[in-house]
Amino acid sequence: MNFHTQYFDLGRLDRLSYRKTAVHALDPRAKVIATGLFLVTVVSFPKYDVAGLIPFLLFPVLAATLGEIPVGFILRKVLIVSPFAVFVGIFNPFLDTRTVAVVAGLPVSAGWLSFASILLKFALTVSAALLLVATTSFPGVCHALRRLGCPSIFVSQLLFLYRYLFVLAEEAMRIVRAWDMRAFAGRGRGMTVFASLVGVLLIRTLDRAERIYQAMLCRGFAGDIPRLGTLRLKSGDLVFVAITAVFLGACRFFPVTEGIGLLAQGIWR
Amino acid sequence: MHMADALLSPAVGATVWAGTAAVGGYASKKLKVQINDRMIPLMGVMGAFIFAAQMINFTIPGTGSSGHLGGGMILAILLGPHAAFLTMASVLTVQALFFADGGLLALGCNIWNLGVYPCYLVYPFVYRPLAGEGRSPGRLLIASVLSVVIALQLGAFSVVLETLLSGRSELPFGAFVLLMQPIHLAIGIVEGFVTAGVIGYVAAARPEILASVAAARPVAAGVPLAKVLTVFALLAVLTGGAFSWFASTHPDGLEWAIERVTGRGELSEAEHGVAAVLRGLQEKTAFLPDYGFKADAAEPAPEDSAPAWPGIEAGTSAAGVTGAAIVLVLVGLIGLGIRSAGRKTGSAP
Amino acid sequence: MSHHIIEFKEVCFRYPDGTEALKGVSFRIVHGESVGIVGANGAGKSTLLQHLNGCLLPASGQVTIGDLNLTATTRGEIRRKVGSVFQNPDDQLFMPTVFDDVAFGPLNLGLDEAHVRERVESALSRVNGLALKNKPPHHLSAGEKSAVAIAAVMAMEPDILAMDEPAANLDPRSRRSLIGLLRTFRHSKLVASHDLDLILDVCERCIVIGEGRVVADGPSEDILSNRALLEANNLELPLSLQRR
Repeated sequence: MNFHTQYFDLGRLDRLSYRKTAVHALDPRAKVIATGLFLVTVVSFPKYDVAGLIPFLLFPVLAATLGEIPVGFILRKVLIVSPFAVFVGIFNPFLDTRTVAVVAGLPVSAGWLSFASILLKFALTVSAALLLVATTSFPGVCHALRRLGCPSIFVSQLLFLYRYLFVLAEEAMRIVRAWDMRAFAGRGRGMTVFASLVGVLLIRTLDRAERIYQAMLCRGFAGDIPRLGTLRLKSGDLVFVAITAVFLGACRFFPVTEGIGLLAQGIWR
Repeated sequence: MHMADALLSPAVGATVWAGTAAVGGYASKKLKVQINDRMIPLMGVMGAFIFAAQMINFTIPGTGSSGHLGGGMILAILLGPHAAFLTMASVLTVQALFFADGGLLALGCNIWNLGVYPCYLVYPFVYRPLAGEGRSPGRLLIASVLSVVIALQLGAFSVVLETLLSGRSELPFGAFVLLMQPIHLAIGIVEGFVTAGVIGYVAAARPEILASVAAARPVAAGVPLAKVLTVFALLAVLTGGAFSWFASTHPDGLEWAIERVTGRGELSEAEHGVAAVLRGLQEKTAFLPDYGFKADAAEPAPEDSAPAWPGIEAGTSAAGVTGAAIVLVLVGLIGLGIRSAGRKTGSAP
Repeated sequence: MSHHIIEFKEVCFRYPDGTEALKGVSFRIVHGESVGIVGANGAGKSTLLQHLNGCLLPASGQVTIGDLNLTATTRGEIRRKVGSVFQNPDDQLFMPTVFDDVAFGPLNLGLDEAHVRERVESALSRVNGLALKNKPPHHLSAGEKSAVAIAAVMAMEPDILAMDEPAANLDPRSRRSLIGLLRTFRHSKLVASHDLDLILDVCERCIVIGEGRVVADGPSEDILSNRALLEANNLELPLSLQRR
């Protein structure tokens, strides 16, 4: 992904996270916990289980539609980060060639099942992570983490990083644009030039850190970042977590998909 | 390369997360006690810097492919181990949340692989001794390249181990290692050069900046050798214990391991090997209920004709496919329904 | 009221790389005065302002703010009285939301939650920024950032306001709002700027700094219509005074 795509993607996801929908209004702690449960449940499925994973698609679909997050946007981001998982998983069909089922006359090897399972898990886990930020805003997630026990020095670090991410990305973008204007056809794009450009960015960053520090001192900073506590759990949030946990548990420990299939077969007959 | 959730099992993920969280807690405590106020905005902005710098690509000579800066080493060099670890952890967290790069469960693994090794192993024991005061460009270059290479090798190897122990991938250990290590050797050399280049540039252009950053670091910023050695000795004992337990519960486990490394593809055995580890872990910890490996215990030698994997018998597999199709359609309809209801009520901003 | 007097006596300052930025600067500003600081690039304006909030300490000479002489020990106290607005608002807005930024100062002053909220609301409404309360700073325009940076400083209710190039990145409308806002601030103001028309509109007194020294000190109307003086210091007549 080139610089500009990454930068605008970042901005887009960030702006989506500040919208106001029912999903956005849920307490961030509830969403963090629900996402955590979701991830653990999905990842706990055994290697060859594909059917059991399908009902879990409901979770990202609901989050995206109720949260008004464009589905295409999420899918594109899932695709972009898929190479490593696909690269590792693609070996499965070639290494595990035992036939385990015959579907519509075609033999299906165990390797294809485990590969499909990997792909499905990948899509589910990646979209869950993206949708967490998309419906909660990054500072929201950070406050949730702090209330859930994360060390406050790390949470402060996350918030500072987030605050200056866009500022520095913009500086980097100016550098990249200037670079683009003077480097042609593969020349002038090597490591040495890169090192000096990044060096320039680093110097500006360190200078900026000093200025920010002085600004903080001027407003009375003495070592601790003060905070006003504003998160309050509502009953709706608790209901949300409870329902999610029940749904996740049911789909994990009962063969829901097969059940539906058997039911359909029964009705058909 | 980052570890992904889809290749991870909960047991491996949770274990590494426990380790990472422990290191994170340690680093936080150290920083709270020793921190100079100046570090707080500095760490934040440096995290943003690494993030922004990682978005810039350069072409690697001779290959035409593009590379980018990793960052763990350069952070350790500038900020010292504890601050660098927390900063690297924050960068990886933001990557996981915004770019979905490496999952949230795999985040523990990624922070371990890309944070613990550079900050707590390589920086104090490889970089510092080699680079000395950091004044000689030659020593700086050698120290940077070696440090980054070693850190990346450790990280890449850990990814292999984490994937293997999770048992989701079929890749045999030997092949995986042969893929990962050389690639990361090349990446490491390039990144080492770039790291040295960036630090050298700043040292030449604005030497006082590096001096003032160094002054902001906590005075006792070193990692105590005795403590590190103790932790690794403990880890070695634990790992040794785990392996010997594994070998004893699964008598042909060692043969299996040897077969794996030499590349003999007795894959059904491999299934057993990894599955046995998982089952063993479950039995020991009752972490998750038995989800279907009962069949293995009953039939140690699977036969090709009638595989006993649950849900993959001829009868239920058809039900599984039908059910899957129905669920997919249902979920799609629900999604479309909500979307169009949203448009009708004009709730889109 | 003595606690609002600003006094510089023969202040000298040298940067670590050897540059002598201030070579004996002296002036006295009393309560309620608004003073513009003008001069060529590199003349020492920013350095001077940074002595007002204790970011820099004089190498020799004395800086007195109210009853306090500026030293390493007193600068914390001095910072409670002096609100500084820097050139780049991005450096001053470092919290996740506007509310957090404006609340940062009052919280550090030790106020309780209710008072902090009050201060934030009133500071933001003074700059017409209440609608921005829950936004993250990187979603704000340059003008909005400037306004919020000023609110963040005003929430501390300082006695003295020191500003470095406040209108540098603002479009004409935001600049006009800023001028209006500054005229409502009744305490002492020091504004360093190249925008001579802004100085003319906001400050009744003007100090010209040249090569680290005070070159001229008097009513803005006199100084800013003195073409020879201005041009000797890399400046020109304010646009509003130039004949077309």
